[in-house]
Amino acid sequence: MTQVTMTVNGKAVSGEVEGRTLLSTFLREHLGLTGTHVGCDTAQCGACTVHVDGKAVKSCNMLALEADGASVDTIEGQANPDGSLNAIQAAFQEHHGLQCGFCTPGMVMAAAALLKENPKPTEAEIRHHLSGNLCRCTGYHNIVKAIMAASGQDVAAVAAE
Amino acid sequence: MPKDHGIGASPKRREDLRFLTGAGNYTDDINLNGQAYVHFLRSDVAHGKINKVDTSDAEKMPGVLRIFTGADFEGVGGLPCGWQVTDRFGQPMQEPAHPVLAQGKVRHVGDPIAAVVAETPEQARDAAEAIVLDIEELPAVVDMKAALEDGAPKVHDDLTSNLCYDWGFVEENREAVDEAIKNAAHVTTLELVNNRLVANPMEPRVAIGDYNPATDESTLYTTSQNPHVIRLLMGAFVLGIPEHKLRVVAPDVGGGFGSKIFHYAEEAFCTFAAKQLKRPVKWTATRSEAFMTDAHGRDHVTKIELALDADHNFTAIRTETHANMGAYLSTFAPSVPTWLHGTLMAGNYRTPLIYVNVKAVFTNTVPVDAYRGAGRPEATFQLERVIDKAARELGVDPIELRRKNFITEFPYATPVAVEYDTGNYHATMDKLIEIADIAGFPARRAESEKRGKLRGLGINCYIEACGIAPSNLVGQLGARAGLYESATVRVNATGGIVVMTGSHSHGQGHETSFPQVIAEMIGIDESMVEIVHGDTANTPMGMGTYGSRSIAVGGSAMVRATEKIINKAKKIAAHLLEASEADIELKDGQFSVAGTDKSVAWGDVCLAAYVPHNYPLEDIEPGLEETAFYDPANFTYPSGAYACEVEVDPDTGKVTIESFAAADDFGNIINPMIVDGQVHGGIGQGIGQALLENCVYDENGQLLSASYMDYAMPRADDVPFYKVDHSCQTPCTHNPLGVKGCGEAGAIGSPPAVVNAVIDALQSGGYKVDHIDMPVSPARVWAAMHG
Ligand code: FES
Ligand code: FES
Repeated sequence: MTQVTMTVNGKAVSGEVEGRTLLSTFLREHLGLTGTHVGCDTAQCGACTVHVDGKAVKSCNMLALEADGASVDTIEGQANPDGSLNAIQAAFQEHHGLQCGFCTPGMVMAAAALLKENPKPTEAEIRHHLSGNLCRCTGYHNIVKAIMAASGQDVAAVAAE
Repeated sequence: MPKDHGIGASPKRREDLRFLTGAGNYTDDINLNGQAYVHFLRSDVAHGKINKVDTSDAEKMPGVLRIFTGADFEGVGGLPCGWQVTDRFGQPMQEPAHPVLAQGKVRHVGDPIAAVVAETPEQARDAAEAIVLDIEELPAVVDMKAALEDGAPKVHDDLTSNLCYDWGFVEENREAVDEAIKNAAHVTTLELVNNRLVANPMEPRVAIGDYNPATDESTLYTTSQNPHVIRLLMGAFVLGIPEHKLRVVAPDVGGGFGSKIFHYAEEAFCTFAAKQLKRPVKWTATRSEAFMTDAHGRDHVTKIELALDADHNFTAIRTETHANMGAYLSTFAPSVPTWLHGTLMAGNYRTPLIYVNVKAVFTNTVPVDAYRGAGRPEATFQLERVIDKAARELGVDPIELRRKNFITEFPYATPVAVEYDTGNYHATMDKLIEIADIAGFPARRAESEKRGKLRGLGINCYIEACGIAPSNLVGQLGARAGLYESATVRVNATGGIVVMTGSHSHGQGHETSFPQVIAEMIGIDESMVEIVHGDTANTPMGMGTYGSRSIAVGGSAMVRATEKIINKAKKIAAHLLEASEADIELKDGQFSVAGTDKSVAWGDVCLAAYVPHNYPLEDIEPGLEETAFYDPANFTYPSGAYACEVEVDPDTGKVTIESFAAADDFGNIINPMIVDGQVHGGIGQGIGQALLENCVYDENGQLLSASYMDYAMPRADDVPFYKVDHSCQTPCTHNPLGVKGCGEAGAIGSPPAVVNAVIDALQSGGYKVDHIDMPVSPARVWAAMHG
């Protein structure tokens, strides 16, 4: 067991982990931050996406020890300080960008990373950026639409809700 | 102006707040005090005789609490099958035993052999690796036709063969259909495969068993679409726990698509082991385990013949299908290729004679059961592909051939035992032609051709049957369950309402849409209504959510219970207003006396019911809570017309979806936003089936597509924005809301549109390709072009 220390959603945290403990396991099981989901074992689905030092990372594909000293952001830290939904979260609700909600934390974190780098992505850029995040419910239509809307683009022209 | 509340409005989903902030409560998010973890040691061979399972070293590993094998389950029941099909000779299907842990033999890769319970998941996994197995590998059967040959290895030694059943429908029509096909002016024949799929909800399955020795009560937390069904099957048939001592909770569930209907071994194991060990026992599937243990879908091999007369009227359809059951019968597996498939073979068309033959076959593969659409996508795909082929052979327009044969008068009794109550197939086709801009297709094709691409347009129709019912009929067809739904409407003293429903939401948004119905009926704000579901301890016995049944059956139960509430509330209001009950009207949450200005508010009536100081106690009981069980008179029959445009790159065979349009008739709509989302998701899965997804076994029964590296899921850049429309509405005639259900339509209607479009594209380039099996991968397209 090794001691690991990091900042998660702005708070200093630490814990004892095995060498093989994944960051996703550390977040879910040690810190109780169960908003980060695990949907696969081959780093393909993106349900576990978090930000490590500002970059989108699949937390199932990183050891907790590798994040020692890092600043980690998860879905639990995304809402505005007053608890209201941030612009991306609000757009997902407004445009019905989620159904079962299982892929959603990863989608929101992936979208946040995209918009930081590319504030007005095209539809094709969004689809390309999301190719590491699987959703089985929405057919992606409303996810792409929500991200376009969150970036301030007019989505009225996009077919049906 | 769209409505802003009640039926037909699109309020934003209330469940989104927790899902968007990471505050959902999925089964894997639950951790109980003192919880232990189980790891299943699974077979890595498809077929084998278990000589020895030596757990002695593993038992000494750190943290191990106990290791279970098949022997521990000898006095315990097996996993039951919920549907018995009778074959065409009047005999019951062959029904093998399905032990919780393998006994004597393993029958598919992933079959559980031993279960290690330990203090941590890692310790359980490490110890499982120390179990020494002596398994004698036996020849496996994978191909269905080979499995039926004389001398083929038998999946179950105690059965006479690998044939589960040979079903004929309608058996009395067999000779007449043969005759009609012999005498037809034209017969189009098509052989095709409906590819094996894995449902792949993004949340893998999880089960946590818990036992309270003080009360002798067991609780199972599980990723289920229907907790009451699991309680009944597991309690009564597997573990022998009476229902009042067994609680099943299915909290937030991350998608199901059918795969979470069924009762699985891991659920029974965790409940059993928790009682033995007096500690909670948790299992969380890895995605690899999901591929090896979740029931798979589809896997039909079919020959279909369509007979037409000289005027191109359809005169007969004959089909012969082999349907894979896998190694054991999953909960509803036998019903899928039979009653959910044969009954839909008329589609949207007047075909007087139909005969469907299905041979269900055991193989050394994972059990196959319902996946979104279940039987109906298989029926639709055959029919809509063969019609397209017939149109090409006859040189007629595929839309006109369909229109010529559309059913136009309702109710319509098909020759395959069902009666469509309502529909308007010309209207959905007209709407499709408009929203897909079919008129503009030639110009778009010319533009693609300028870029060296082949462009194709594929059209198809579909008919769905939702809300499978009524119970007395399905009982005759072999169902071992009723198919009603329940709701309890509990009005609180200050007027707020809690609805306890037997339906289950795992993405469908019931917490938002169900209150819209109640709010509309009473005339109160939706925020006054809360939905409770997913826990057998606080909901009435219900059958859960699958087969697009939630609003049509569960919604109807809720309406019936609310009607009872309103009737009783009117009696109370009449008393308070000193008027006759017949004169009481309810509008906008106010009870008033017709023709007067006397009225009393909803909240005051509710308060009177619970503080009955001024109350007709001699006539009615205090309180305001009602339950209804609704058993539908018939299925509902959503229908629609879909169009897909593809581009094919002739150099590589790669298919790109350029556009997809869907015109559906779902009857009345409660929440258009949610309905659109359901259609989008179904189309996404249908495009996945048509272009990408394939569950593949090698000839030894090894599962080759057991991860997202090998099983191609549709991704955001594989699909376009979809155009969806549900303005054509012929309300269902036999349920109180006039609703039909929308959950599966997209998955049923979309695969034939995609394949029809690919064939159209290739034909436009001069390639004489009649059919390509799904998934229509670049390799398959290229091979077909250069055949
Ligand atoms: S759980 Fe991390 S990518 Fe799937
Ligand atoms: S909303 Fe269910 S997987 Fe995306």
